[in-house]
Amino acid sequence: MADKVLMKGNEAIAEAALRAGCRLYFAYPITPQSELIEYMSKMMPKVGGTFVQSESEIAAINMVYGASGCGKRVMTSSSSPGISLKQEGISYISGASLPAVVVNVVRGGPGLGDIQPAQGDYYQATRGGGHGDYRNIVLAPSTVQEFADMAPLAFDLADKYRIVVLILSDGLIGQMMEPVEFQPAKTEEEIEKLGKQHESWCMHPNEDEPNHHHHIINSLELDPNVLSDLVLNLEKKYIEIEKTEIRFEEYNISPDNEILCVAYGTAARITKSAIEELKKEGKSIGLIRPITLWPFPTEAIKQAFNQNVKKILTLELNLGQMIDDVRLAIEGKVPVDFIGRVGGLVFSPEEVKTKIEEIL
Amino acid sequence: MEIIATRPKSLTKAQFTYCPGCTHGISHRLIAEAMDELGMRNKTMGVCPVGCSVLAYNFFDCDMAEAAHGRAPALATGMKRARPDMHVFTYQGDGDLLAIGTAEIVHAANRGEHFSVFFVNNAIYGMTGGQMAPTTLPGMKTTTSPYGRDEKDIGYPIRACELLATLEAPYYIERVSLLSPQHVIKAKKAVYKALKFNKEERGFTFIEFVSTCPTNWGFEPMKAFEWAKENMLPFFKLGVFKDKSIEEEGK
Amino acid sequence: MARMTVDPFYCKGCGLCIEACPKKIIRLSDKFNEKGYHYAECFDQESCIACKLCYTFCPDVAITVEK
Repeated sequence: MADKVLMKGNEAIAEAALRAGCRLYFAYPITPQSELIEYMSKMMPKVGGTFVQSESEIAAINMVYGASGCGKRVMTSSSSPGISLKQEGISYISGASLPAVVVNVVRGGPGLGDIQPAQGDYYQATRGGGHGDYRNIVLAPSTVQEFADMAPLAFDLADKYRIVVLILSDGLIGQMMEPVEFQPAKTEEEIEKLGKQHESWCMHPNEDEPNHHHHIINSLELDPNVLSDLVLNLEKKYIEIEKTEIRFEEYNISPDNEILCVAYGTAARITKSAIEELKKEGKSIGLIRPITLWPFPTEAIKQAFNQNVKKILTLELNLGQMIDDVRLAIEGKVPVDFIGRVGGLVFSPEEVKTKIEEIL
Repeated sequence: MEIIATRPKSLTKAQFTYCPGCTHGISHRLIAEAMDELGMRNKTMGVCPVGCSVLAYNFFDCDMAEAAHGRAPALATGMKRARPDMHVFTYQGDGDLLAIGTAEIVHAANRGEHFSVFFVNNAIYGMTGGQMAPTTLPGMKTTTSPYGRDEKDIGYPIRACELLATLEAPYYIERVSLLSPQHVIKAKKAVYKALKFNKEERGFTFIEFVSTCPTNWGFEPMKAFEWAKENMLPFFKLGVFKDKSIEEEGK
Repeated sequence: MARMTVDPFYCKGCGLCIEACPKKIIRLSDKFNEKGYHYAECFDQESCIACKLCYTFCPDVAITVEK
């Protein structure tokens, strides 16, 4: 494939996953994500990988659990309702400390909702939509290029921390075409090596005694003391991730910012356009764009807010979910203004500009 | 003197957590024996369900994965697809396979996934204390059918072998019984056959064990066998429901 | 000559081997194992014909048969 191509987000993430050495993909069709599963069905056989269209999103996440239990790079994808079905599986994968990559191309909700882009799954993604104490790393792309770049990053983070990495995109980024460049594909040797990195715990061919192993991939632990230790170990991992894996973009941040905006994904793209318009009118508006929604860039917001910025505005395509984390970041020092659209509607740059002017 | 029967190597040294006289231990041993005889122990991995055998990962001495309730066939699909060079089996109860896991077992069978399913049918939910299962017989009292299962209200027991035998892809489906030593000897042949086909990558194999649950049926172990012979065997007919190896030999 | 031995560690005194044995030479011992079960024992090893039916029907794989 040529290095720079025009591609839909859903196809770009799939291509990037294949290049990152993912050879197993299980999923169920759902708009606005079907191009991803279609691409995998076409391309996986070409790289000698495995594609299975499962009978449900529940089956798909459990196929991921099985394949991940064998130490392999494995991925699934869906859109909001399908991701809700996967929550139990994601909790089990987290409890069993398995690496996995899950892509959510978010659509309007709740319920069957619609197929327009939205951000109503923020709580589910960042608080963990399943049961028990666990976290997922959540990455939020705002361009097709960034969406593609998140595949190798997600697999590396998943393998490094044995955690579920959730890529939270949306229908717009998934179905929009933009130019994208890919990193070189992993060689068969590299993939072979990847397959070996987890052999201290994963299921793999065995030997007779004295080299016999008995690896158990499991999240059941009936003894509360042992389960408590297990969960406290998960916590250590999460604290480590919160220290070292936060990613965000500072856009037009400067000491003379009058307002600090916080927005991610599609909402951030639109905010940037409004910021550019206001810049022409001599107004300085800054934007912190979280790229990891968990771990959340709390410090970055705190610092960007503490210069002489008086107002802070959160912009989301939901009723206001990330706004909670922004309030936490500034410890409630000032009220946080908000502009949101729901039901799959998307505010325009003009609407954002007007809103900013109102609170200036 | 020479040992002619003892604990198979494919079982760990752990005590089973099953009730006295429960046939789970017998089906475990049959699988482990066949794994030993076929030399599969070091190339096999298994999936245990949620149910009385939820701790089976402590009993089979090969790599094991614990599945969410009903999802073992999906895990096994992922495992076999990830390691086609290894052999995979699932071990499931009637609630796991025929209630919450119905979609998973039907579609794994329909895809002809290359693994073996060992299905324990004891017509009740054991681990959670005796509730009604999809295979609970009409009129049978359980903690959630206290007046006896009313088939006019909630239907009849499901016959898993017959259900799956309507699908094209499965290679070998047989229902056996553990209700007497003689039945167990016959059951062993079926288990061996299933794992042999598994090892030879012939396709999806499925063995159903008509089993007992003395504790939740409220019987002494031996009485449980009598009750099952009288009540379960008429409804759950023993025999082979699909065996493509016969057709292949015929060609 | 044949011998049937029961490992008390595994036996739960369920009695299935007693029923399975065609020679009726198995009984529950009056001794207990660590879990408080009367474990099974063969009380007439000479009559044992090593048919392995006790082993076949034992749900806890507690029995070893030698010949």
